[in-house]
Amino acid sequence: MRTLPPSQSPFAPQPPGSGTTHLPPPSTSNTPVNGVPVGDGPLEPEAPPEPERRKLRVVDVEDRACLIGSLLAGLSLTWVLYSRILPTEGTLGFIVCWWLFFTAFYTLITGLRRGRVVLADRFAVILAHSIAGLVGIALVSVIGYTLIRGIPALSHWNFFSSDLRTAGPLEPLTAGGALHALAGTMIQIGMAIAVTLPLGILCAVYLTEVGGRASKLVRSVVEAMTALPSIVAGLFAYVVLLIGFGMRLSGFVAAMAISVMMLPIIARSSEVVLRLVPNGLREASLALGATQWRTVWSVVLPTARPGLATALVLGTARGIGETSPVLLTAGYTTYLNLNPFSGPMTSLPLFTFKMSQSPEDNYISRAFGAAALLLVLVLLLFAFSRWMAGRGRSGAR
Amino acid sequence: MQDPAVTEPVVPETLVPRRLRASLTLSDRIFRWVARGGGALVLLITGGIGVFLAYQAKPTLDAYGWKFFTEQSWNPEANQIGVAAVLFGTIVIATIAIAISFPVALATALFISEWAPRGLKKSLVALVDLMVAVPSIVYGLWGFFLLQPQIIHLSRWITDWFGWIPVFKVDTDPDAAIFDGATYASSAFIAGIVVAMMVMPIACAVMREVFDQTPPGEREAALALGSTSWGVVRAVVLPFGRGGIIGGTMLGLGRALGETIAVVMIVSPLFEINWHVLQSGSITISSMIALRYGEASGSQLNALMAAGLVLFIITLIVNLIAGFVVSRSRSGAGTEI
Repeated sequence: MRTLPPSQSPFAPQPPGSGTTHLPPPSTSNTPVNGVPVGDGPLEPEAPPEPERRKLRVVDVEDRACLIGSLLAGLSLTWVLYSRILPTEGTLGFIVCWWLFFTAFYTLITGLRRGRVVLADRFAVILAHSIAGLVGIALVSVIGYTLIRGIPALSHWNFFSSDLRTAGPLEPLTAGGALHALAGTMIQIGMAIAVTLPLGILCAVYLTEVGGRASKLVRSVVEAMTALPSIVAGLFAYVVLLIGFGMRLSGFVAAMAISVMMLPIIARSSEVVLRLVPNGLREASLALGATQWRTVWSVVLPTARPGLATALVLGTARGIGETSPVLLTAGYTTYLNLNPFSGPMTSLPLFTFKMSQSPEDNYISRAFGAAALLLVLVLLLFAFSRWMAGRGRSGAR
Repeated sequence: MQDPAVTEPVVPETLVPRRLRASLTLSDRIFRWVARGGGALVLLITGGIGVFLAYQAKPTLDAYGWKFFTEQSWNPEANQIGVAAVLFGTIVIATIAIAISFPVALATALFISEWAPRGLKKSLVALVDLMVAVPSIVYGLWGFFLLQPQIIHLSRWITDWFGWIPVFKVDTDPDAAIFDGATYASSAFIAGIVVAMMVMPIACAVMREVFDQTPPGEREAALALGSTSWGVVRAVVLPFGRGGIIGGTMLGLGRALGETIAVVMIVSPLFEINWHVLQSGSITISSMIALRYGEASGSQLNALMAAGLVLFIITLIVNLIAGFVVSRSRSGAGTEI
């Protein structure tokens, strides 16, 4: 048996506190903020090159044979029992029974050969693999189903180039489209970003750089408000702007509702990112005689830029897909409206929702088309944030 | 709990940063005031919501008192307003969602941190994050058009076998010649499954984050003592990550309570306490707001705001507990949720 390299040995001398502050492996750097991972910027120190990892589990021929044998035995037994003997039918039940028999066989054989301890291990491994596979299937089915059902609508160019003003429920997919919803989404999310980005980052700068007695209060309130259900944000905008100030349903009100929802999310994740900027950089800048304003502008914010971008992009992905605030505030229309300050303005999630409530097949196809478009937008934003985070990591060195 | 001295590394006095004192230049003063202004504005907007909700909800709570929490129907015309049914529905759907998503999230997080091939790990983490980002309307469409026609058969199967448990009972003739799918559709159970799909990745991300921080030394100690990979998980990873498991689940619960659009798409609104979760009909606070805001005016809006306030307070408490549990646990010191 090889000896452990000294850095990994539990008995090697370690700096104080390393039992709890041991550096996590590099992959843990995507710290999620309310499920939103923020960027892994150039902030963490370079981890020492990892020593070669040993294989903990040995898989020999017998294990493989055992696995394949159990799979086949489970399949055969299920086929005999489920399809031939018992009065049962259905693909789902078949697969579930197959899985149950396979697990039973596999654990039984392992238990006979290797004893109880290995049995528990194999059972846990099978369970974790199966459930993770199930999650993977679910994710693929969510994305695949939406995209596939969206193709009939998306494959006509008019879906992107015209609105729905002339296309009634019975019009074929070759007439009318979702241009108005796409434009509405872009305008609303653009306005929401214009409001939340400066405010959110300013608030984060205040919390990390200026501080003071009130910062604790601001931080707790912002943290608490990330719990705000989106429908309540919509209701707030509805009551204040529409009832209180007497505005009409419009893109502006919808953008404000989205902003109210996005602001705490962006402020909080930006703060986490800014807090990760090493203090040494700030002190070096101050020691060179820079003012605090210069330090923040030229050192702190550029260092945190990839992380901030990731936070913004993921906050945007969250805001772009929210239906409930828009449902209350944007108003539904079939016309293209580019002026956010007058008249109702539909967005993609709202369009999807309204279309999906219709019994007409064409409208449902349009709903899936819009949902697929929205999904593609979110996927693009997501890929962009990954690319941004990756670029920040390599570009910083 | 362990000695606090163990959790907080002792920092030698020389490492404590010096206080920097300097007379501020004009630009710094402006910068500080602008930043403070930004903070104050954010405080005003975000804090304003809570205060505003409470202020708007007050007339309703004053007028109806405790009856607001015990009345089931929501008939503003008949002056009957209460959140008993909607609160019940909210909690039932969130409970179903958590009951389904908790084991799935735990197993997935363990799979990613323990058993996934090393090369795949990064992509798997990204996939879970992607699941968080998928809009809820997409999950709603998926649940309504793809999942529901399949799941009603599962509902019927559960009723057939476990119908003697009151919760799983469905008021329909099980021996009817034609399968009555509509009774099983639009139920709290199906909505709960769809919401579980949404909150699972949130819980999973937090759990995985915490599991990855397990000290390698302790893992190796367990392996050196001869434990299997499951033994390592049971003896080291799970106890270490307990805070993250609880916190992640609570965070998911907070999200499940406030989910709107998928629930609106799936359940058929029913303003009474429906214990039969497999049977059609339920309602949550958020879906009630989405359904009723349009026809509401004046005092009815206040009542909706009061319901929203109740939802917000519950979500807030759940999230605060989640944050507290994670930050207090041994593993959560470096984790942000």
